[in-house]
Amino acid sequence: MTEWLNIILQGVLIGGLYAMFAAGLSLIFGVMRLVNIAHGDLIVLAAYVALMVTTSLGLDPLTSLVLVVPAMAIIGYLLQRLLLNRTLGDDLLPPLLVTFGLSIIIQNGLLEWFTADSRKLQAGAIEVQTFQVMQGVWVGALPFIQFIVAVAVIAGLQQLFYRTALGRAFRATSDDQSVAQLMGLDTRHVFAMAMALSLAVVAIAGVFLAVRANFDPSIGPARLIFGFEAVIIGGLGSMWGTLVGGVILGVAQAIGAQIDPGWQLLAGHITFLVILAVRPQGLFPKVSG
Amino acid sequence: MSDFKKGDFKKISRRTLVKTGIGAIAAPAMFALPTQAQTAVVKIGHVSPKTGPLAGFGEADSFILEQVRGILAKGLQNGGKSYKVEIISKDSQSSGSRAAEVASELILGDKVNLLVGSGTPDTTNPISDQAEINEVPCVTTNCPWQPYFFGRKGDPKKGFTWTYHFFWGLEDVIGSFLALWDTLPTNKVVGGLFPNDADGNAWGDKERGLPPALAAAGYKLLDPGRYQVMNNDFTSQISAFKAAGAEIVTGNMIPPDFATFWSQAAQQGFKPKIVTIGKALLFPSVIDSLGERGNGLTSEIWWTPNHPFKSNLTGQSCKDLTDAYTKATNRPWTQPIGFQHALFEVAIDVLKRAKNPTDPKAILDAIVATNYESIVGKVQWTGQPVKNVTKTALVAGQWQRKNGKFELVIAENKTAPNIPMGGKLLPIT
Repeated sequence: MTEWLNIILQGVLIGGLYAMFAAGLSLIFGVMRLVNIAHGDLIVLAAYVALMVTTSLGLDPLTSLVLVVPAMAIIGYLLQRLLLNRTLGDDLLPPLLVTFGLSIIIQNGLLEWFTADSRKLQAGAIEVQTFQVMQGVWVGALPFIQFIVAVAVIAGLQQLFYRTALGRAFRATSDDQSVAQLMGLDTRHVFAMAMALSLAVVAIAGVFLAVRANFDPSIGPARLIFGFEAVIIGGLGSMWGTLVGGVILGVAQAIGAQIDPGWQLLAGHITFLVILAVRPQGLFPKVSG
Repeated sequence: MSDFKKGDFKKISRRTLVKTGIGAIAAPAMFALPTQAQTAVVKIGHVSPKTGPLAGFGEADSFILEQVRGILAKGLQNGGKSYKVEIISKDSQSSGSRAAEVASELILGDKVNLLVGSGTPDTTNPISDQAEINEVPCVTTNCPWQPYFFGRKGDPKKGFTWTYHFFWGLEDVIGSFLALWDTLPTNKVVGGLFPNDADGNAWGDKERGLPPALAAAGYKLLDPGRYQVMNNDFTSQISAFKAAGAEIVTGNMIPPDFATFWSQAAQQGFKPKIVTIGKALLFPSVIDSLGERGNGLTSEIWWTPNHPFKSNLTGQSCKDLTDAYTKATNRPWTQPIGFQHALFEVAIDVLKRAKNPTDPKAILDAIVATNYESIVGKVQWTGQPVKNVTKTALVAGQWQRKNGKFELVIAENKTAPNIPMGGKLLPIT
């Protein structure tokens, strides 16, 4: 019994990571209907930025977020302003193709620059610190922090969306782009801010991923799929839904793994497909169409 | 069968005739350079993963190629004639289908005389298959021989005609792992981590893999089942190992999966005495990335700078080669370097001995007759373990931290006594 409890708990904690992968995707899809295929590679890019910061300044990975988050946000703003805005229009295909190309460019650029070496961020003793909740149930310090940060990120995004002028601009553009423009909103700037915010979240996800496990230039796409699934399960455009989606995915995988390790990812995918079949709009949809 | 061979021979001689003809036409142009009276070009096609997840295996390629091209700049001497050797190297992008595609380009487009390749079954198998179909001689390395041979549906009774391979096999891994574990007292309960990929399935195979061999040696292997690569959660495996009291963990993993497992193991309070993992722990960069937690991990060892071999192509010892690599690239040595070098050593030795280095059949005969002392040891296809495979030495060792730097210490040489020991296996603390 405690064994199952432990396994489900670990699944929930990993769900936090998935939710962070997903939040950025959900955000930009909600605001500008852009499906970012390069999202996974941007997570890896953030991990490399953090690697550079930690090795050159000798900072702790979690402290390095102070620099990595703004750096990624600036990259996001410029990326949207200079490149992706030009691809947006009635057709969904051009942004899809451009981000796909971006994914390949980032991977190979990182390979050229950092080689194929497997890297990891060193967070020191905190990596292996753990506390025993009850007999047979362990919670690692790092997964716990990761989950708390994920909840904080989601809560922060939710507040930003419904309590600030920027959030209002996001929602207005999301609802009707042309009317928003008529009301004097510069949608190019709004989109760029959304991408900046998305990459700020990506930066946090990337650092946690890089402390958790090794990374190399090619692992981005494999991480992307969980982000997509969490978004779809939770419902497009809904922040809390994304967190729930991530947790459902993490728990489904954990239960699958306990039955047979071969079923781990399959169980996650099946859960995703079942929800897609039964509730195509996701559990907590905010966006229709 | 004999008809097939005859037809084959005819086709080849016509091809050779055309080539020699072109050579003869081109010859007058060479008179301007009397010292380099090269009459023909021999082309070597090379495929390895230079980008993608397997890029670590192809990392040393540009260094090795530069070295080999330097030596070949003077041409290749064969039977009093000088040949210009051109090496065309292509990237498999770590994908099996891409490897097949570039191999076929090399064979049909570039018309290479000899195909060589290295780096896991995803490279060796598709290019060998292409070579076999197109009847081009092919030598490969850097993939355990079972996935190479049985992965290509090889029949041990018949074998293949055009494709040859040198590396070690699973029986060597099992032998050296067991010999390593026997040096420390444990409860002999082993947790197994095998992914659902070519290597994982071969290692965890109930008939040919680790399970029967470990049982025969008195070890109890706990195999929870095949997991998917790029896994994020090993809690269920860790709980199972903990419940069974496993003191040894073994398997074949990729570095990100191992790192996930290893930090979760610590977070879940699982502390095995010995952790011996294939593939993931080969590269110093991976061990460095694990920091403190890298100390004491064990792995199979294919090749190190301390191996007692030398290159007959450059005259370098193993240490000389890795030093040259470190000097040229400013990077730590890796185990594939020796094999990448040996692959070209064998290729050049074959072309030197072939009766006609542009004739496929002659090159094949030369491959079969190989008896060469390379930087990874002797390469000679004697029919053991199967017709197309010859084995190189395999030992096992431990990453030990000395003066703040990790060193790979050979801690077991029962399976290859000619490789000197470097130290003793220490339990993970």
